[in-house]
Parts: sequence; C-alpha cells; structure tokens
Amino acid sequence: MISEKQKKEYKDYVEQKTPNHNLMVDMVLAFIFGGIFSVIAQGVYDLLMSNGFEKIDASTWGSISLIFISAVLTALGWYKKIVKYAGAGIIVPITGFANSVISTAIEYKNEGQVFGIGAKIFIIAGPVILFGCLSSVVIGAIYYIIQLVG
Amino acid sequence: MMYLKAFVVGGLICAIVQIFMEKTKIKTPRILVSLVVIGAILTGVELYEPVVEFAGAGATAPLLGFGYALAKGVFKAVDESGLLGVLTGGLTATAGGITAVIVLAYIVSFISKESNDNK
Repeated sequence: MISEKQKKEYKDYVEQKTPNHNLMVDMVLAFIFGGIFSVIAQGVYDLLMSNGFEKIDASTWGSISLIFISAVLTALGWYKKIVKYAGAGIIVPITGFANSVISTAIEYKNEGQVFGIGAKIFIIAGPVILFGCLSSVVIGAIYYIIQLVG
Repeated sequence: MMYLKAFVVGGLICAIVQIFMEKTKIKTPRILVSLVVIGAILTGVELYEPVVEFAGAGATAPLLGFGYALAKGVFKAVDESGLLGVLTGGLTATAGGITAVIVLAYIVSFISKESNDNK
C-alpha cells in the first residue's frame, strides 16, 4: 500500500520537476524582464539627454540599443533560451520585434540573397510596417482634416 | 525615480500582454502588429503621451512605443508640410528603428551559426 505521505512526496516531486507554467509566475517574470529592458532604454535616453541630444533622437537611440541587444542575444542563440522564462517580458519590448525579423533572416539565409533573406526578412517586418504605416496615415489624415476645419 | 517608473510601467505592460498570450494563445507576429496599432491609436486619441511623460522608456521601449513614434511623427509632419506629411510622417519617425532591425538582421544572418529555430 502507498501511504498518504508517499503520495504527497510524489506529488511534490512532480510539481518540482514539471516546467512551471503558472500564470502568476510567468507574469512576474514578464514584469521583471520588461522592466529591465525599459530601464536599459531609459539609461541610454538619460545619457544622451545629458549630452544635449534632442528628446526624440535620444528616445530613438534608446530603442536602437534594445534592437542591438536583441541582435546579439539572437546571434549567440541566447534569445530563445531567455524567451522561455521572460515570455512577454522580452517579446513586448522592441527586442521581440527585432528577434522576429533577425531569426527569420537566419532561418532563410540558405535560400539565397534575394528570394531568401531579401524577401523573407519581411515576413515579420512587413506586417508590422504595413499596419504601422496604415494607422499612421489614418491618424495623420484625421489630424489634417481637423486642422483644416478647426 | 524615473528608473523606478520606467521599470514598473514597462514591466506592467509586459505582464498584461503575458496574460493575453496565455489566455488566447495568439501567435507572436499578431501580438507585435496589435501592439504597434494600439500604440498608434492611443497616441492619436492623446491617451499615450501622458504615459510617456510619466514613465519615459517604460512607455517607449515596449512595442506600443513604436506606434507612439508613428503617430507623433505624423502629427509633426502634418504641422510642417500639410497633406504630404500624412504620407511621410510615420515612416520618417520610425526609420531609425526599422533600418536598424533589417540591417542588423542581414548582418546577423551571416555571422550566426544558428541555422534555424531561433524564435
């Protein structure tokens, strides 16, 4: 007969070994990683602002530094290890967009320069740029009309 | 203080998206596109600017910030060059990020020995 104590020990063992997909834990990890990337971008922003950069340029450099970090992590193969823990914490900052584009470029590099990397790089970048442009044109058009009328 | 605000707001945005990702199983590219569009719309209705002023990179580092840059760019361009600005503003403001991503992707594809499965 298996005692209650043994059952409990086994249950604890299974829980300890099973990959943790508890939503609360995932949210905390996403919070921490997302926070860290934001702080890095803020650090770059503050550094450039104290050196007399324009607000908008300093902010763009902040994003570019995250893109660069993502490129390095992807090239080393570390991104895919981190994303298992960080989840949205690394996908939602611009690091996620950068990785999606970079990993597709790597994936299709053997299919040639033009039809491989050249075309496939936009599998992920394309939709983001298209719907980004589309929303900016709609918003811009509304703003333009309001300026005309008002 | 700004770092704490950036950390908390940037972290919160990611934690909220984490809930959506686990509850709905939406694929990453759809998340990326949605965040950009939501960021642009929120900026268009003047709800996102206060968040950026409060949290700095906590609001601009998440992909919502990419949408924010698109919308801010188009406002600025319309002010400067009228109707043409509707077409040029968005991409002009985000050109740095987009070019950095695709050029780095091209370079990394040569350097990286990882053949696939990098997502």
